[in-house]
Amino acid sequence: MQTAERRGIRLEALKAAFPLTVPIALGFLFLGCSYGMLMGTKGFTFIWPMCMSMFIFAGSMEFVTVNLLLSAFNPIAAFLLALMVNARHLFYGLSMLGRFKGLGWKRPYLIFGMCDETFAINSSTRIPENVDRGWFYLWVTLLNQLYWVTGATLGGVIGSNIPFDTQGLDFVLTALFLVIFLDQWTGAKRREHLSAAIGILASIACLTLFGTKNFMIPAMAAMIILFTLLRPYLDDPRDESADTPPEHTTQTDPTTTTTPEKEHTR
Amino acid sequence: MTMTIMQGVLTIAAVVAGTMLTRFLPFLIFPESKEPPRLIDYFGKVLPYAMTGLLVVYALRNTPILTGDHGIPELIACLAIITLHMWRHNMLLSIAGGTIIYMMLVQLVF
Repeated sequence: MQTAERRGIRLEALKAAFPLTVPIALGFLFLGCSYGMLMGTKGFTFIWPMCMSMFIFAGSMEFVTVNLLLSAFNPIAAFLLALMVNARHLFYGLSMLGRFKGLGWKRPYLIFGMCDETFAINSSTRIPENVDRGWFYLWVTLLNQLYWVTGATLGGVIGSNIPFDTQGLDFVLTALFLVIFLDQWTGAKRREHLSAAIGILASIACLTLFGTKNFMIPAMAAMIILFTLLRPYLDDPRDESADTPPEHTTQTDPTTTTTPEKEHTR
Repeated sequence: MTMTIMQGVLTIAAVVAGTMLTRFLPFLIFPESKEPPRLIDYFGKVLPYAMTGLLVVYALRNTPILTGDHGIPELIACLAIITLHMWRHNMLLSIAGGTIIYMMLVQLVF
């Protein structure tokens, strides 16, 4: 493929991805900064938050790791704690199995960099047909990680307080999740509404029962049980009949239209 | 810092390994070359909606409902976001509006 054409594909994808990451830029620069400053106050140079934000790239776990570094050396406990705190990523992976198919060299990085915010954007956005799927996912992932690493490094370098009052700014990420939830809700049918409602209600129930620190894994277990039980109502029967002819003969077969697009992404 | 640098690096490596295992495991169990079971396919369709719901609850998990301001700033800001978003359908406007309202509430009112 021509270099100019390739650059065009990348640029189109960047144009589609960047606006969606602007709220994350604000949230990540701020939160990353406060994380870097926290490490600074505990006596770590900026190298530590910079490397940790680059390689761990899971916000809440990085805050937890600061405490791990200040207690007795126990790498096995650290490993197990990371598994538990980040268990929700397992469900992100299951959700993206199909979407990350055929993306070649981009795929390992997309999986590596799939934090909450990146997953929320990549799983909910309906990518326009003229935009390359692989490059769109890659830009969202890369931009979000850049914001986070920049914030953490800056915070580590500054080490002291930001001059203006930022209390409440972290709400920007709550607002992001709520808006994505609303978008999914309004663009969805009855089935998806039930899925969303299960997500909210199972989480609230487990939060009340198990408390803020331990509710995530019970909530995930509850969702799997509920979704398995409700499968007869929730599973789309149209997907099962892949080899039967489509209902409307005028409709183009989705598999043939996506084939050339897949070639581009390799 | 109570650890040596080497111990610190090993601790971080353990955290990276744990985190990456949670991210890569589904893709290792169900590789690209093979078609995943129908049940997994079904979970992949319904879970994104449920996980966004979980993230909303997760982001609001530390809201003090029984003490302090009883989560009134969070409630007002969320209602503002819902209203703004239903009205204009503009992601950035809804997020900026809700965050500014929340910041004003926690800094000036409560």
